[in-house]
Amino acid sequence: MAWGKYKARQKNMHTNYIMVAIAALAVIPIFLWAYLMITEQIATHTSRKTAGVLRPWFWILPAVSLLIIFLVYPVINTIVLSFMDARSEHFVGLRNYKYIFSDSGMLVVLRNNLLWLVFFTAACLVLGLLIAVLSDRVKYESVAKTCIFLPMAISFVAAGVIWRFMYEFRPAGTPQIGTVNAILTAIFPNFEPKAWLFNRSTNNAALIVVGIWMWTGFAMVILSAGLKGISEDILEAARIDGASEIAIFFRIILPLMMPTITVVATTLIINVLKVFDIVYVMTNGNLGTEVIANRMYKEMFNFRNYGRASAIATLLLVAIIPVMIMNLKRFNTEESNG
Amino acid sequence: MANKSGSVRTPLRRALGRIPLHVILILICVAWITPSAGLLVSSFRPKNMIATNGWWEAFKTPFSFTLENYAYVLTRGNMGRSFVNSLLIAVPSTLMPIFIGACAAYAFAWMRFPFRKTLYLMIIALLVVPLQMTMIPILRLFNKVGLTGSFVGIWLAHTAYGLPFAIYLLRNFIAQLPRSLIESAQIDGASHPTIFLKLVLPTSIPAIASLAIFQFMWVWNDLLIALIYLGGTPDVAPMTVTISNMVNSYGGGWEYLTAAAFISMVLPLIVFFALQKYFVKGVLAGSVKE
Repeated sequence: MAWGKYKARQKNMHTNYIMVAIAALAVIPIFLWAYLMITEQIATHTSRKTAGVLRPWFWILPAVSLLIIFLVYPVINTIVLSFMDARSEHFVGLRNYKYIFSDSGMLVVLRNNLLWLVFFTAACLVLGLLIAVLSDRVKYESVAKTCIFLPMAISFVAAGVIWRFMYEFRPAGTPQIGTVNAILTAIFPNFEPKAWLFNRSTNNAALIVVGIWMWTGFAMVILSAGLKGISEDILEAARIDGASEIAIFFRIILPLMMPTITVVATTLIINVLKVFDIVYVMTNGNLGTEVIANRMYKEMFNFRNYGRASAIATLLLVAIIPVMIMNLKRFNTEESNG
Repeated sequence: MANKSGSVRTPLRRALGRIPLHVILILICVAWITPSAGLLVSSFRPKNMIATNGWWEAFKTPFSFTLENYAYVLTRGNMGRSFVNSLLIAVPSTLMPIFIGACAAYAFAWMRFPFRKTLYLMIIALLVVPLQMTMIPILRLFNKVGLTGSFVGIWLAHTAYGLPFAIYLLRNFIAQLPRSLIESAQIDGASHPTIFLKLVLPTSIPAIASLAIFQFMWVWNDLLIALIYLGGTPDVAPMTVTISNMVNSYGGGWEYLTAAAFISMVLPLIVFFALQKYFVKGVLAGSVKE
């Protein structure tokens, strides 16, 4: 009886959700349409001059208010909280920041993020460029690129499952069901199968490989677009002058692609600093694999220390500020040129 | 004679010289596909076989494949409901930033007002703000107004988080529409809402498509935002949250994990293969101006 009631309630809740969703799908466009019409009516009923002043603000108001509530105010609030204690009651000065840079666990976290930053970014760039250049010379270019780009469509969570399966470990002598150990034992008969995710000397590398698998496609797509932008005439002229393909790559292609490479590198860096899902699903930050975003999540939910969690988040923001400034500068020059 | 054999050899030699190129490229592609292929094959294998031998053994006779893993995760493993939840979260979270962002993008592109550039620069700056900076204050706000664990809360959060990119991408596109087009409509007496709805939105469909795919994939594949704002409630959990819970509780229950992971990949993969061109465009727009 109670079970039946429970099921009925569950079913009821579910239909409720679906009703809510349908309502949202219908209501959002109607609401926005009505908003545009009403504000236009208000604007046209004022003088021409007032209308010109008011109208733009009506148009940006929904976006700007959401951005202020969900981004601007929280950022300022988090910076303030980072100078306060665990429950945000007392001002503690720089104590949370001192903790970040002195606690031994936190130092491991910072080291791991540095490992990610260097190896993930470098590998994605090199592999992405290599694949872009190689696939440019074959007939099955689009098939090859689709293979590499495919993981971009998958969630980090699914990728985590995929790669936990790849790294699966069985003791030596028994059949390996993990692809990595199986291939290595097949090629090298003396190879001792490894528990890649549990071995402290390999687990960080194992996680970074997953990131590289997912993001190389992104680097490749953009680098490939940049590569296609190089005029064929320049390359042909160099070939006629007898330059080897390798010389052409290092002397002509690489320098011309530097701006594109910079853009890809900054995007990769922004994303790698915030890496969370891969580590959460595959090791949950255990055995020395924790990174900044995972530590912040733990401080927030497991330790309930909002001061430290805020300081860690602020550290991420500070790390990203140079990229922010670069973006603003780039936008400024684009605007004045265009 | 010598001349003739030389002319035969040159294309042959060139083709031989290109062998390393093909070998390297094909090896990379195989390496990239293998992990996903292993998952797909395993998800159709019976439980006892997944645990005892590698997925490549599935291609040896006698074949033994099953749909039992899918039946299990869909009915008893909460994946059916999670699939619906993922849709309920992702669809509104994709549409809202597009509508709201398009209005703002139109104003930024075709209206003059004070602080226009300053405001736009702020939006560019917000593009890269780590979302971690917003989580504690937003979670507290949601707790206060009772939005934690509700779809409305996560819709609003995803909408706001998606807005900077939506405005950036759509403004770039809308600003490039020919001035004469907009002005002639104005001379004909069309109001701003009419120009926006009848002229700007329809011509922006390619940009909107790229943005929609990008935002949909982002929300569909998101784990962190859902973990934080939806809490642990299975009623509202999207697939990413359910799967990561399964990883923790089943550990090595590969027959269920592989099936669950593949279910979560089906929709993005369909979108990806059907609309690859727009997806790639969205990715390109995200980092370089077109």
